[in-house]
Amino acid sequence: MNAATLFGLCGAALVGIGLYGLITNPEPLRKILAFNLLGSGVFLLFGIIARRAAAAGLGGDPVPQAMVITAIVVAFAATAMAIALVQRLGDETGQASISSDSSETGEEKS
Amino acid sequence: MSIASVFDVALVALILTIGASAILVRTAFAAVVMFVVYGLLLSMAWVRLHAVDVALTEAAIGGGMTGLLLLGAVARSRSVNVDSVRVGYPLRLAAGALCALVAAGLAVAIFYPPAPVPTLAPMVMENLPPSGLGNPVAGVLFVFRALDTLLEKVVLLLALLGVWSLAPDHAWGGTPGLQVYARPDPTLIFLAQLLPPVGIVFGIYMCWVGAKDPGGAFQGGTVLAAMWLLVIVAGLQKAPAIGRLWLRVLLVTGPVLFLAIGLAGWVFADAFLAYPAGYAKPLIVAVEAALTLSIAVALGMLAAGPPVRAQQQ
Repeated sequence: MNAATLFGLCGAALVGIGLYGLITNPEPLRKILAFNLLGSGVFLLFGIIARRAAAAGLGGDPVPQAMVITAIVVAFAATAMAIALVQRLGDETGQASISSDSSETGEEKS
Repeated sequence: MSIASVFDVALVALILTIGASAILVRTAFAAVVMFVVYGLLLSMAWVRLHAVDVALTEAAIGGGMTGLLLLGAVARSRSVNVDSVRVGYPLRLAAGALCALVAAGLAVAIFYPPAPVPTLAPMVMENLPPSGLGNPVAGVLFVFRALDTLLEKVVLLLALLGVWSLAPDHAWGGTPGLQVYARPDPTLIFLAQLLPPVGIVFGIYMCWVGAKDPGGAFQGGTVLAAMWLLVIVAGLQKAPAIGRLWLRVLLVTGPVLFLAIGLAGWVFADAFLAYPAGYAKPLIVAVEAALTLSIAVALGMLAAGPPVRAQQQ
């Protein structure tokens, strides 16, 4: 197994780990963090594509590399936006979690 | 097994462990600390994949800036009782199975790449010399796919507009509420006095060297933004009110200059975002310099968050 395949498997596993955190964590902040983890796994898969396409004396294909740089910056912008939304939501509702069913039914009963 | 491959295996094991603990650890604060460590480890993986430009971006933005953003959010959010909202075992089991399936599907795709691997590297190297740039990644960002880079700057500004729009009515035009520590300790203040001069020189150097070697506007701009935020977090300088004219001018300078040069391409070269022959490198360096400033201000203000206090006159 060469280095590219190894890091590719790492990227695949990171996507799985991030997706698990996204589904199971009820806190919005933790969901955002998990989504970032998932995203970095996808970026790593792009890195494998770039590394395998090494040619013309370069260590990797510069086009996917440039796309990943753009993607990291856009992911940061989206994260900043998401965090601002979550905080405004917390200020308005006073809730730090978005687990829907348990809290809603609890309020209906009481 | 060579030393390099032992290092790779250890690095992958460390990345997966830290990544998983960032998801599974109990408190949000610990999760964010894990995430910052994870970002730094991941940038080492990028170095191993011969993508130094990406490694710099990942370390600066993916780990550092996102970590700062999340830390600030954790500090401001109230604590939540994790056990009361934790999902049940059946759902966690099902989610685990689904995620394992997704990861396995991606792994299969990794093991079976297309037979002749498609690559654009020869085309990039063939067409790079006329631009005068030495760094192929910078060539892709500012020459071959300049439209992506231009639109990305617009995305940064749109995200900033979105964040600002979330301000309560009374705070509109006021100062952002970035305050990670209520009372900064002397060590932080000392660092905030010591590091910025070095960091500013380093950020400008990264922007300048980006035309030839790994580096560039993004990475340099992030270092400048980090220095600015350090000074703000240490309480040496207040975050500026978002209504300030100089702030808004700095924010749009980079994208406007890039767009103007792009439009001039229609007159002096043959196409939108094309550079006239012989002037490519000076124009790109000028655009990069302006973008570095705009990126630094945009990233800093994004990390500082929406305004919470009305501007004091």
